[in-house]
Amino acid sequence: MSRVAGNVIMARLLSGKLPEMRRQGTFADKILTISLIIGANCGALHKIFQGIRSLNQIYVLFKKDLMLEIRQQYSFYGVLLYVASTIFVLYLAMGQPEGVVWKGLFWMIQLFVCVNAVAKSFLQEGRGRLLYFYSITGAANFILSKLLFNALLMLLMSLLSMGLFVLMLGNPMPEPGLFVLISCLGGISLSLVFTFLAAIAARAQQSAAMMAILGFPLVIPQLLLLSKVSNIAFAELQGGLGWMIAVLAGLDVLILALSVILFPFLWKD
Amino acid sequence: MLRQNWWKIVAVLLLVYTIIAGFLGGVPAKPILNETIRNLYFHVAMWFGMMVLFTVSLVYSVLYLRSNNPVHDIYALEYAKGGIVFGCLGLVTGALWARYTWGSFWSNDPKQLGAAIALLIYFAYLVLRNSMTDIDKRARIGAVYDIFAYAMLFPTIWIIPRMVESLHPGGMGNPALDTHDIDSRMRLVFWPGAVPGWTLLGVWITTLRIRLALLAEKEQMTEPAEKKLQHA
Repeated sequence: MSRVAGNVIMARLLSGKLPEMRRQGTFADKILTISLIIGANCGALHKIFQGIRSLNQIYVLFKKDLMLEIRQQYSFYGVLLYVASTIFVLYLAMGQPEGVVWKGLFWMIQLFVCVNAVAKSFLQEGRGRLLYFYSITGAANFILSKLLFNALLMLLMSLLSMGLFVLMLGNPMPEPGLFVLISCLGGISLSLVFTFLAAIAARAQQSAAMMAILGFPLVIPQLLLLSKVSNIAFAELQGGLGWMIAVLAGLDVLILALSVILFPFLWKD
Repeated sequence: MLRQNWWKIVAVLLLVYTIIAGFLGGVPAKPILNETIRNLYFHVAMWFGMMVLFTVSLVYSVLYLRSNNPVHDIYALEYAKGGIVFGCLGLVTGALWARYTWGSFWSNDPKQLGAAIALLIYFAYLVLRNSMTDIDKRARIGAVYDIFAYAMLFPTIWIIPRMVESLHPGGMGNPALDTHDIDSRMRLVFWPGAVPGWTLLGVWITTLRIRLALLAEKEQMTEPAEKKLQHA
């Protein structure tokens, strides 16, 4: 019963806390309410539907991030402009470089895009709002929704910057289709690491500088693997690339598990 | 265990044995390596010591998150610092060796890069801790990052350098700890002498630093009380 009440309060507070949602969208508001009603009903049978419930919470939190993004369109277009102008400057400086340079530049740009896109995900949540989330949902659900949202954002960004790269810097790859897959994998891997680091850095002072200090050494292994793996698309086949993809996927799983285990400790204050 | 003496005596004896037998004992004559093969007793043992110290640091970080006992945080920090010192020494001894076998101190070999990145990850741990002033918050977030850093250490120095081409012994058919490459005379110095000797020395240094840190903290805790007494 208390869980139902909790969900109703959550619905009320969500619409109160985020006035822009309420003001602008009636349709989206309805969807939110419906999903919260589903959440409330699941809460009534929480012994049986605990798993579904937490999935539902993740979904609601994810939806909240997505809606904020759709309403404000701040980080998406901000990062998009960042990507486009960086690639344009590269084009002005280098013209259309050959494969090795192209590949190196692509992953460097991905790294900086990821820092910019993901860093704000925890900074935008004020202290009060974090406390509020703390009272309505579990830490694991919260971090999972953030990971999901950032992975989606980075996926989109990877595809867009891939498109811009091909448009401006030319296409040196014999197998661009494979590279699309690899850049999706890379975008998701980078976003996972930086989401967790953003959670750590948000607690420290000067978080933006902290992100770079903590993040760059930690992602070098991934970037190294990614740039090796992307040789597949450049048709420079060598042995052991399948293993590298396995290691990359394993790293992702490891980071996911560590985030879920360690985030509750970051949250308590 | 911290205050007992026997293991410190053992450490000194093992190191004396390592240095004397390491410089005077017989080694197999290998082309290119020649006498630099003796670096095994110093360089490789440093990495063993570093891994042991980082592992102990990880254990104390986990203990801190479970208990919130500030003493565990001091242990975790000092063991991480000890590991960093051993890592730096490992890099330096490796670079010296590379000067005589590969021709230059630093040649961007994947093993060198991996070790340097691993040290950067732990330097970031120290910077992260210093960026926070609240003691509890610093300890908790430091512990979380310490665990994360240890997990990322494995791909950085254990997995990825093995997947790419490297000149370093142990990869691409280069000689290393294999039975074909070092003979029983060397193994008798390396395994019972150098590895435990240097590791124990690292633990000794770290325990001294821990005792110093604990004393400093105790003084900090009692000082205001004394001042209060003086005022009264």
